[in-house]
Amino acid sequence: MDKNENLRNDLQRVAYYPGCALEGSGHAYNRSTKQVGKKLGLDLVEIEDWNCCGAMEVKNIDPEIQNFLSVRNMSIAKHKMGFDVVMAPCNGCYHNLKKAEHDIAHREQTRTVLEKLSKKSKVPEYKAGDVETIHALDWIKHAIGETNLARRVKNSLEGLKIANYYGCMYTRPRHIFPEKDQGENSESTSNPHFMDDLLRAAGAQIIDFPLKTACCGGAHTLSDCDTSTRLVVNILQAAETCGADVIATECPTCHSGLEMHQIRAEETLNITTKPVMLYFTQLLGLALGLSPRKLGIQENISDSLDLLRQRGLA
Amino acid sequence: MPIHEKSLIRPENLREHERLDIDGIDVSGPWSTFIESRVINDYNEDLEDEVAAFPGGSLIHRCWQCGACTNSCTVNALNPDFNPRYWIYLVRLGMEQELIRDKDIIWQCVSCHKCTHVCPRDVEPEGVMKALSHWLEYKGHTPKSNSMHFDEEFYSQVLQTGKIEEGRVIRNYFNRTSQPLFQNWLIRMAKGLIRGLPFVLLMKMGIATVLRPKTKDWKASSDAISEYLDERVGERNSVIDRTDQQ
Repeated sequence: MDKNENLRNDLQRVAYYPGCALEGSGHAYNRSTKQVGKKLGLDLVEIEDWNCCGAMEVKNIDPEIQNFLSVRNMSIAKHKMGFDVVMAPCNGCYHNLKKAEHDIAHREQTRTVLEKLSKKSKVPEYKAGDVETIHALDWIKHAIGETNLARRVKNSLEGLKIANYYGCMYTRPRHIFPEKDQGENSESTSNPHFMDDLLRAAGAQIIDFPLKTACCGGAHTLSDCDTSTRLVVNILQAAETCGADVIATECPTCHSGLEMHQIRAEETLNITTKPVMLYFTQLLGLALGLSPRKLGIQENISDSLDLLRQRGLA
Repeated sequence: MPIHEKSLIRPENLREHERLDIDGIDVSGPWSTFIESRVINDYNEDLEDEVAAFPGGSLIHRCWQCGACTNSCTVNALNPDFNPRYWIYLVRLGMEQELIRDKDIIWQCVSCHKCTHVCPRDVEPEGVMKALSHWLEYKGHTPKSNSMHFDEEFYSQVLQTGKIEEGRVIRNYFNRTSQPLFQNWLIRMAKGLIRGLPFVLLMKMGIATVLRPKTKDWKASSDAISEYLDERVGERNSVIDRTDQQ
């Protein structure tokens, strides 16, 4: 094992917070995350009776309500289920849990409001640091690491050119991610690389993609379609120009935004783009020898099966 | 202050002589361009307090006008009139009429957090944009934006059941904003979704949209949240009423 990887033993069994999108449009992400976890011998225990994190919407009604929504989930994971780590594969959920954690640690006003709301809701009070929230990328990167992952690859992604798209919520704003930008082995907020590392270990050819953290307009994907379409077209065209066959995603909102507006760009702007979208867990699953059906690949709107068959991956 | 953002000079304020000769020197066209001076006396001195009372706006007073927000802004790259730094400047000076000229685009902030990421003063400009659009709607300067309709629909579902069901959010949102559900791209998308979906999953999703996913024991949380929101809205309205009376 590579000594520099800093693998963690406490991630073998973590609390799992799928969130609403993973029960709907992101079901393929949910399924492939669970499958990859199972294949790698990692255990996910879904948070009992979880609630919506408020996504990008509830904070506009009131930011402290959004914090409370996150805290209720973290509190159940800690105080009712006894977990120290919560894993959220959705960027929105992950961001909101991190934001709540930050606000509790740094804002008196947040603590006062949440104390009141928790008491009235009969939710055990959550204290800063009760749980650690991680993303699915952190989970696989720190529980398995690239060296181990590469060893377990059955069906190398060799020759598949992948642009990794991280979106907004995974790295911004930097102050809610104190563990990022901490030198070697930590994630970078300006040039995130965990997805690059994992997919490279799975054999893929990673494209140098300048729009890794560009915005897809996800918050206004339906309320300001024209803006979102323009933003998505930028991302798709950049990926195509860089030579990517596949855009790997790690967020259900980004993923469906790219899929939707790829179609909408064809319909409304007559702009056709080639790259197909796959969740990074689907790509890892393929490399680990799981079948496309198990990973929900045919459930994606973006049709990648032809490409995968051509490359001998499906 | 030097004006780096040329889009801020409105064409109607620019003056130039097509043909002008001063002391035998030809200063026609751009050589004689100047910006017309104007007098502003309708400041709203409470504007900053009003905006700060809306969710997301509370840190606006910290701004130093460095412009990092506008520089990093996703929407600014598409439309140079979308200028968070300038709007914060106008709010802090109380130049309400000037701000209202951009009322139809302020709601378009996509919450990508690039501004909050780079802001050296922790103003959270993204939140300020949301507060500004609320303020514009509250004051009746603009009708409710599509984004606000979406937020309200989303919030009401979270409040009712603790979770959202995407199909329902989309249907109700299109309904609220009187948009047709049957648009070519939406139909193609739905077909793409159904194409590969296993029958069992399709049934499950169909059932979910009728029965709606629910969080158990949500009632206490839901009551606590709506009670808290009523308090907050009351506080906010009292700030606006107080400043309106002055």
